[in-house]
Amino acid sequence: MSSNKGIRLENISKIYTDPKTKKPFYAVKDVSITIEPGAFVTLLGPSGCGKTTTLRMIAGFESPDEGEIFIGDEPVMALTPNKRDTAMVFQSYALFPHYNVFDNVAYGLKIRKLDRHTIREKVMNILDLVEMEGLEARMTNQLSGGQQQRVALARALVVEPSVLLFDEPLSNLDAKLRVTMRTEIRRIQQELGITAVYVTHDQSEAMSLSDQIIIMNQGLIAQMGSPREIYYHPNSEFVADFIGEANFLDGTIKSVSGDDCVMDIAGHELPLPNPKGYPVGQVCRMVVRPEAVRIGTQGPLPCTVTLSCFMGAYHFYHVMLGDMLLKITDDCPVNKHTFQVSDQAFLGFEENCVHIL
Amino acid sequence: MTTLQYRRLEKKKFLSDPVLLPVIILLLVFLALFILYPLSMLMTDSVYAGNAYTLYSVEESTEEVKARYQEQGLRDLSVSRRSVLQIPSLEGLTALETYGRAASTTYMGDLLPEVHKGTLVAVDDQRPLLTLQAFPHIFRDYTFRRAFTNTLVLGLITGVCSTLVGLLFAYVDSYVRVRSPLMRRMFGVVSMLPVVSPPFVLSLSMILLFGKGGLVTRQLLGIYDSDVYGLSGIAIVQTMTFFPVCYLMLKGLLKNIDPSMEEASRDMGASRFKVFTTVTLPLLLPGIGNAFLVTFIESVADFANPMLIGGSYDTLATTIYLRITGGSYDTQGAAAMAVVLLMLTVWLFLVQKYYLEAKTAATLTGKASRARMAITDRSVTVPLSTLCMLVSAFVILMYIAIPFGSLFKLWGRDYSLSTRWYEQLFRQDGIKAFRDSFVLSLIASPITALLSMIISYLVVKKKFRGKGFIEFVSILAMAVPGTVLGVGYIRGFSGGVFHSGFLQGLYGTGAILVIVFIVRSLPVGTRSGISALRQIHPSIEESAYDLGAGSGKVFMSVTLPLIKDSFFSGLVTTFVRSITAISAIILLVTPRYLLITTRINEFAEKGSYGIACAYATILILIVYASILLMNLFIKYFGTSKQIREAENVQ
Repeated sequence: MSSNKGIRLENISKIYTDPKTKKPFYAVKDVSITIEPGAFVTLLGPSGCGKTTTLRMIAGFESPDEGEIFIGDEPVMALTPNKRDTAMVFQSYALFPHYNVFDNVAYGLKIRKLDRHTIREKVMNILDLVEMEGLEARMTNQLSGGQQQRVALARALVVEPSVLLFDEPLSNLDAKLRVTMRTEIRRIQQELGITAVYVTHDQSEAMSLSDQIIIMNQGLIAQMGSPREIYYHPNSEFVADFIGEANFLDGTIKSVSGDDCVMDIAGHELPLPNPKGYPVGQVCRMVVRPEAVRIGTQGPLPCTVTLSCFMGAYHFYHVMLGDMLLKITDDCPVNKHTFQVSDQAFLGFEENCVHIL
Repeated sequence: MTTLQYRRLEKKKFLSDPVLLPVIILLLVFLALFILYPLSMLMTDSVYAGNAYTLYSVEESTEEVKARYQEQGLRDLSVSRRSVLQIPSLEGLTALETYGRAASTTYMGDLLPEVHKGTLVAVDDQRPLLTLQAFPHIFRDYTFRRAFTNTLVLGLITGVCSTLVGLLFAYVDSYVRVRSPLMRRMFGVVSMLPVVSPPFVLSLSMILLFGKGGLVTRQLLGIYDSDVYGLSGIAIVQTMTFFPVCYLMLKGLLKNIDPSMEEASRDMGASRFKVFTTVTLPLLLPGIGNAFLVTFIESVADFANPMLIGGSYDTLATTIYLRITGGSYDTQGAAAMAVVLLMLTVWLFLVQKYYLEAKTAATLTGKASRARMAITDRSVTVPLSTLCMLVSAFVILMYIAIPFGSLFKLWGRDYSLSTRWYEQLFRQDGIKAFRDSFVLSLIASPITALLSMIISYLVVKKKFRGKGFIEFVSILAMAVPGTVLGVGYIRGFSGGVFHSGFLQGLYGTGAILVIVFIVRSLPVGTRSGISALRQIHPSIEESAYDLGAGSGKVFMSVTLPLIKDSFFSGLVTTFVRSITAISAIILLVTPRYLLITTRINEFAEKGSYGIACAYATILILIVYASILLMNLFIKYFGTSKQIREAENVQ
């Protein structure tokens, strides 16, 4: 493989004009990202958040209105997509319907004017890697969705780009195949150590694939970090809500000591880290994941059950804690007490799982 | 908000592509030179009344006067017997006024009333005189007024009739259970015939069947004074020629109507007729308007049929032709008429394209969810299908008359079979006519097909300034009647571009005929190319681009193979349209080239129907063969099947 390069976006902005109101708006605003060579970075966010636009600016299909883009140390902004050392896997796969598998994969190599032997060798190697050997003579319409995806991946990989770009490549596959393919993608990326930028709106894809997740919202970066950081330490309600299920609690700070504080939640006192250094008396919003809430016949916080639902792997509850609604997933419920609607129950929180926003 | 950087980057990217810019410039030049320029020449012609100058002095031409004039520094512009002296500057004026009558009257062109042999005239600098006078002038002109009303009346009748017949066919095709396979086949044949048929073939057979010596009128019915020439004749022929266009348009729309809507209406208690008037018809209305306007434009622009069967019923197209070729040679009048005709068709075209098409798309988008239950009720099926059968039979009869016309010894007198017309055809210039037509059309087709694919590619897939212009002009050419284009070319190229002599060699050559063929077929090809390209997901080309291919490479290796079908059909359509073209060509063709269509026209005008039919028969065979060839080619080498399947899998 060629030397892998990092990517640097410096204060990138992209302005579009709303087709209805004719007003310009920022599709991407002041985004700065540094991606290390060999890293797998996911751009995650709801539709219209600017993630695909960002990816297409890296590929060169769109030109940013402000900012600079570097691949490695080279500024690439003025280069057309065919002059950039990137290869993209498209949502619709974008296989050439008039070519067979081999010719699809060989396309980029032919453009680079490699000799026939080298092309054959490289194509066969890469088809091996994506486990498509023996199917090189098939037309693309004779392939299943998963196979087409593999061909698209092979076609992007075979030109040995410095950067691999994915634009929601798995969204057209069924749920089971998605899981298989994402492990495949991760395996191949790690095997080759290639820098990858991956756009998706599927959080489980982002979690399972990435070294780093960048959550975007309305053209802005909402949060950057490892999957773990983002899950347990979301910096906003938006991020907390977007990644996984989230419960929001309101409470007041009772006392502060160093980086820690004591929080009053519905009359119950809970010691918490206070990284933002809120003062005593401050009303705070906290986030806690449904699986980090314990429900039982005993505990510090009394509550009322409003929904009780057996889900197999877990039991799902809605409870009212004061005027706050909490969702709780009680794992492995087989030997546990099951609460019914309007039952009185008690809550507690797993340690280190309540996080002040 | 700044978009400067964006513009700068896009420009840089745009310029870094080696083929894009030259291709675009080439296209712009081509479109400007061969579509916009001749039309704008027409426009200027219609307002340009000639050179005007002011007459200052008229005197007897004696040596003494001449010497005096020369003393004044007057330039001698004497043309042949006329002595015209031009005042070089206004300084000469005061001196001149002392002499002669110093009448400062404005004169135009060569019309110097007081100049005759033996006079010396002093005038000032000539200047172009622009005036809209030509328009009131032609509107006062009786011939023009009659032609104008004739054209509109004819367009209206043809438009309404074609739309109605087309609607009938479309309705029967989509709603009524038609059992007999013969009838199904007939629908196919009838819808294909106008494509295959050269213009005026139907006029020819109309004369053969229903004219004074017509087979039906005279031989069968014994009518001796039948008159097919005139409004009714043209209207019938045009309706038969154009209704299949309406049929195909409306059929496509009817297929898109979801049957559940009609079933819902029926379920709520509506009768079939009520369903038709309250659901089907309103949904179809913009489409019907669209079909009407398309045929209206076709009818107004049609030259060949009114020429042949119009008799004294002159339309704008024929009047313009007669003005140019006839004795009067009134170019300004012809130009003004051409401008009126052009304005009419362009206006209708714009209404059709930007208003009605959008409306049609708004009411009827998407696909029907499932197949429609055909109507089996005999009280509906029998009358409707009988009507269709009658029309189809009539059309087919008309076409059959042509080959028979070429095989009978003397139509109207001697109905024994003979090959004398074919012999005569080949003895005379037949071979040359076929060779010329064939070669010129064959040159035009690949150029047009490629050009229209490139235009569609640029319009659909690329962003650049001037894109709107390219799209608009190449589609606009559709609205330009052939006659108008022909007059425009005469005015624009006979003296070279802008009468400068540049490209003067073009006029009267085969090249200009090829260019006319290209311009006439470009809109059709571009249209089909654009709709084919819109079906292709942009990411397919983007992925090629991303893998390192430049614009030229992307186009040749990905785009073109994917729209191969459209390319082939553009190829054949151009060939067919070119080899059957007459309206613009008849004004531009020189004796160096013999074309089949102009030959047919000549012979038909002379009344030599046998040989005209022989030409037409061979022409129909050529066209039919090339369409068969195209279908075979698309069937075995086309890509649309693969793509459709690929889309289904995805």
